Amino acid sequence: MATAREVAEKAERDDIRSRWLLSTPALLIVFLAALGPLLIVVVYSFLTPGNYGDVKWQFSTDPWVSVLFERDVFDDTLSFATAYLSIFWRSVSLSLATTLLTLILGFPTAYFIATRPDHRRDIWLFLITIPFWTNLLIRTFAMQQVLRNDGIVNSVLQLLGITDHPVQLMYTNFAVLAGMVYVFLPLMVLPLYASMEKIDFRLVEAGYDLYATRFQVLRRIIIPLVTPGIVAGSILVFIPSLGAYVTPRVLGGGTNLMIGNLIELQFGQGRNWPLGAALSITLMAIVMMALLFYVRNTTRSDGAHG
Amino acid sequence: MFSHSYHLMVRIKLVSRLPPVNDHAGEGNILTAIRPAVEAKGVTRIFRGTGQDSVRALDNVSVAIRENEFFTLLGPSGCGKTTLLRLIAGFDYPTDGEIQLYGQDIAPLPPFKRPVNTVFQSYALFPHMTVAENIGFGLKMLGKPKAEIEARVDAMLKLVHMQELKNRRTSQISGGQQQRVALARALAPQPKVLLLDEPLSALDYKLRKEMQIELKRLQHETGITFIFVTHDQEEALTMSDRIAVMSAGNILQVGTPWDVYDHPAERFVADFIGETNFLTGMVESAGNGQARIALRSGAKICATAAAGFRAGGNATLMVRPEHAKLVKGRGDLTGTIETIVYFGTDTHIHVRLDEGDVFMVRQQNSRSASCGFENGDKVGISIGDDAAQVLKD
Ligand SMILES: Nc1ncnc2c1ncn2[C@@H]1O[C@H](COP(=O)(O)OP(=O)(O)O)[C@@H](O)[C@H]1O
Ligand SMILES: [Mg+2]
Repeated sequence: MATAREVAEKAERDDIRSRWLLSTPALLIVFLAALGPLLIVVVYSFLTPGNYGDVKWQFSTDPWVSVLFERDVFDDTLSFATAYLSIFWRSVSLSLATTLLTLILGFPTAYFIATRPDHRRDIWLFLITIPFWTNLLIRTFAMQQVLRNDGIVNSVLQLLGITDHPVQLMYTNFAVLAGMVYVFLPLMVLPLYASMEKIDFRLVEAGYDLYATRFQVLRRIIIPLVTPGIVAGSILVFIPSLGAYVTPRVLGGGTNLMIGNLIELQFGQGRNWPLGAALSITLMAIVMMALLFYVRNTTRSDGAHG
Repeated sequence: MFSHSYHLMVRIKLVSRLPPVNDHAGEGNILTAIRPAVEAKGVTRIFRGTGQDSVRALDNVSVAIRENEFFTLLGPSGCGKTTLLRLIAGFDYPTDGEIQLYGQDIAPLPPFKRPVNTVFQSYALFPHMTVAENIGFGLKMLGKPKAEIEARVDAMLKLVHMQELKNRRTSQISGGQQQRVALARALAPQPKVLLLDEPLSALDYKLRKEMQIELKRLQHETGITFIFVTHDQEEALTMSDRIAVMSAGNILQVGTPWDVYDHPAERFVADFIGETNFLTGMVESAGNGQARIALRSGAKICATAAAGFRAGGNATLMVRPEHAKLVKGRGDLTGTIETIVYFGTDTHIHVRLDEGDVFMVRQQNSRSASCGFENGDKVGISIGDDAAQVLKD
């Protein structure tokens, strides 16, 4: 006869086994969809490019060297190359600017929606999500129509007599920024709204009651309370901005590349898959570092508040 | 927390501090010399609904609240108490009428410029701040120097007995403690007027009793005008210097607790405050503040009556249960005892009158004997000359 202790031990063993069984699908997906491909990318970044794309199974550190250096065609010496770095830099600064602009535009938008009566909020949220129904490429081309030399913006400017010749908007950093802000704005508004909706607006009244001006209520009560939304929205906008591909391609032309385009080039016309892999991992590393830095900073300043 | 002697001390202090004048003696004598801290003049607030319907939350309300007074707005839920407080605080604006603070129209002032603070019904403490930061918030917004804020926060913490918890988050303290923090936060900037919207309704009975005494103490020590909202008539009676009884957007009566209890202006007030027996009859004669009423039982009763009652008219009489007496023989009314309910300090005896209504008599208990009656007893009820009052319907 089994003692109580044996029964308990068996139950625990069964429990552990079923827990493993139950988590198998999740682990499988994590491996197949995330870790596996990542591993392949890492391996590829240490191989030699094949002649027609693809890779030769020959170990090489060249891809990593060429992320930062340029090999002279004649004497084979290495010199520091800023070409890729400047593209990385442009990507990071454009993404930061996109995040900041969507925050500045999204904050009042989300606040507006959160302060509507219950039954009207749904309509506003619905309007915010409408752009998602259309393909990104089409939305980007629409933006191109707006920014073209004979597009709406230039027509209005000329009609108002502000300029007499079209201002070059397309194929500039400005065009890329405008496009990305337009595309990513909903990703900022939705998490901001989600955390603003949870605010007890009596706290705002309490703030006014205790002599806080509108600005002070914003700074000392609303912003601290929606910090989770600001963090989430910023992450949701910054990461895809950094990897943006369609928008800089269509609106930035060939001269305003971002990392995404650069990586695509290596896998396409460049036929240098290992370099593409090395650049991808560099991008990932930047994102990870930015995230760590950001999350640690925002949580620390939140802790310092109280 | 509060010793018995402390209780007594507070009581005595409070009694000696009651306003020296009685309202019902008539306005216009010494009263006018006391300047009102807050005065509402014909204030109306209409909320327009989504459709045609609109709610008249306040209907032409006029009331003057004196400086340093513990003033209570008492009325059932939905009668407009919160609406009036919000108008005074500045979170909302009247559809019509004017609100004055020390004689000044405050309509142009946003809430953060009014020397008025609020203790919210839900406390509305800032969850991202500590107890001390909550209490110091108002002073910080007023731009007071750091040292002054700290000193004042400490004083406030001491005032509400919360020194040990100053660095806690507001989510880490109990409901009663949150209540104290809300009080301290509103008192810290030393407002001229403190608004309290049912601040005790979320507390359990014992804590509520404690806080009632504490609130009176705070009002006494700070000398700030308190406008206190409650739907609990007992709370209003025990705490207030004066009470405004509200119903459906109107103020029905303003007076001392004694006034509204013993001289209710109309039936609603008599019914809402305390327990009351209502009797109907005919006015036989009236005049000089007195009326003789013939009851349906045939008995004739003397009652106090305001001017305006004429002989021959119908009248509603109110008699408080403790002002009537059960007698063995015939009284002014006769009936049969239905139920006897023992309450410790007193006993409620429900008598079915011969005319059909139920009449309640409250008898003080003594240790030695029972109330002296039993279910089914035929009894008389005697109503003294000063026990009944004729009411407007
Ligand atoms: N913002 C509002 N919109 C519409 N109706 C309201 C609003 N605020 C209060 N009311 C209505 O006004 C009346 C009085 O409300 P309130 O002052 O909160 O009552 P109380 O505090 O005495 O319970 C109620 O009928 C309530 O439904
Ligand atoms: Mg209310």
